[in-house]
Amino acid sequence: MVSLTATVTGKRQTQRPAGRSIGRPGLAWALPATIFFALFAVVPLVLVAVLSFTTWSGLGSPEYAGFDTWARVFQDPVMIKSLWLSVLLTVLGVVVQTPLSILLGVWAAGPQRNRAVLSAIFFVPLLLSATAVSVLWRALLDPNFGVPSQARWLFGDGNLFGTQTAAIGVLVFVSTWQFTPFHALIYQGATRAIPQVLYQAAQIDGAGTVRQFFHITLPQLRNSIITSMILMIVGGLTTFDTVLILTQGGPGTDTTISAYYMYDKAFKGFDFGAGAAVALMLVVVATVISLVVVRVSGYDKMAGTKEGL
Amino acid sequence: MRRRPNYLAGLGALLWLALVGLPLYVMLGATVQTREEYSAGGPLAFPRSFTLDNYIQDFGNGFGQYFLNTVVVTVSVVAIVLLLVPPLAFTIVRNRGRGTSGVFRLFLLGLAIPAQAVIVPMFYVISKAGLYDNLIGVILPTAAFCLPVCTLILTGTMRDITSDLFEAMAMDGASVRRTFFQLVLPLSGSGLSTIVVFSALQAWNGFLFPLVLTQSEETKVITLGLYNFRTQYGINIPGLLAAVVLSTIPVLLVYLFARRALVQGLMGVGGK
Repeated sequence: MVSLTATVTGKRQTQRPAGRSIGRPGLAWALPATIFFALFAVVPLVLVAVLSFTTWSGLGSPEYAGFDTWARVFQDPVMIKSLWLSVLLTVLGVVVQTPLSILLGVWAAGPQRNRAVLSAIFFVPLLLSATAVSVLWRALLDPNFGVPSQARWLFGDGNLFGTQTAAIGVLVFVSTWQFTPFHALIYQGATRAIPQVLYQAAQIDGAGTVRQFFHITLPQLRNSIITSMILMIVGGLTTFDTVLILTQGGPGTDTTISAYYMYDKAFKGFDFGAGAAVALMLVVVATVISLVVVRVSGYDKMAGTKEGL
Repeated sequence: MRRRPNYLAGLGALLWLALVGLPLYVMLGATVQTREEYSAGGPLAFPRSFTLDNYIQDFGNGFGQYFLNTVVVTVSVVAIVLLLVPPLAFTIVRNRGRGTSGVFRLFLLGLAIPAQAVIVPMFYVISKAGLYDNLIGVILPTAAFCLPVCTLILTGTMRDITSDLFEAMAMDGASVRRTFFQLVLPLSGSGLSTIVVFSALQAWNGFLFPLVLTQSEETKVITLGLYNFRTQYGINIPGLLAAVVLSTIPVLLVYLFARRALVQGLMGVGGK
């Protein structure tokens, strides 16, 4: 903080135009945060690339291994399967959560008072941590003491963690339960920002509620849909706690998605090189998909939804 | 103009209410029953007895320690964020140099780094720094990963301060430091409360960093405690769910008393 005093300007320098340079902080003010962030986020990101070319068991020092680690990772069928499972879970998550959260958000944006009260309850899952949500549902869906054991007419043998289909269903359901309120809040805020003029004009033209929804609300929500989808994709590809607590990647490796595979390789199998390689792949895939979504949707051109108003 | 009630939307809303309400009801109901009653009646039965033994048992199994550790982590993370982000956001908003836009871009880039991607090198860095199994080793990365979102939120707030006010301060010959403390900080209240809530939630709910960077009972935070209880308690579901309820109480209190700040904090950049 020594340099701070240096940037303090002299008193009443009237020859300089006020507001141009006086009272403007030097770059030194940004330094502590930048260094801290670089140290704990940027350096690890670089290190993950470096470590993916080494073998390291967690003890001693990593040893350079060239492309051996990458070759080993790509020869593991479980890894290839985990990539597909990640994509599958992400796609299912987006497909299930997007319509649900749009409907819920648009509904909650309505002016009625009962909606405010109900919304307060609707958004309670947001208050629970991912860990708490997973532990709660693991207990509720317990094969012996949970709801499925009480409703065998619906759940068959009651073990929702015994088959791949059921386990994936559980994972999609639990993340939907947990994250839909969050995305609904995005849509609620965006819906409230839609100019009322549009609806009034549509009503004069005789458009009903459904047509208004498809021709005004949905197009106006475009930017929010893209934001929310990017968050879902990145979140879906990096889902970890839910899998660790609910299925532990099982049955067998049937729900071992990439993020869990990475954790399992590194911290259970002590193959940190392989873990780093998978981690790097996840970052690249998530970034590429986000960029593609941004490009395809034209989001980067910042097309406004308020043109002509 | 009067619209007819939308029955379909109402039905959907009721369905979602059941989907959210039922699990919460089962959770609360289970925690006040004895283990035997829960096993006999199943999760959907209405509790016939009332006992707080499940909660007391959790504290006997170390929940108090976990709670304390989580408070330490949360308070430290919030303190670091409050110390680092306001000067940073002030610079980004008011400094016009080329370096500043580079710094801002770095933090925007940081938004895209998922914590999952760096746990392996983080384990390496923290171990080499001798901070493994130490709460400091959890606090530092957790705080660092709060910075991008908090920076974005606070620069948004500070941009709304009109330049007239800055000019007036400059006319008075106010130093940078005075401008910061007497103009910028007092006018950034809403942004500041949002970043406090956001970073507090991140720290309180954080799971990944504690999972890979700590191991002993003395450094366990609540989320890890829950994870451990799940395997340790086995069939003691009421005890497990009581711990889930306990872990949520502080967040629930904030929700009741500062709903707006909490919702904004929860949304992070998502709300922008």
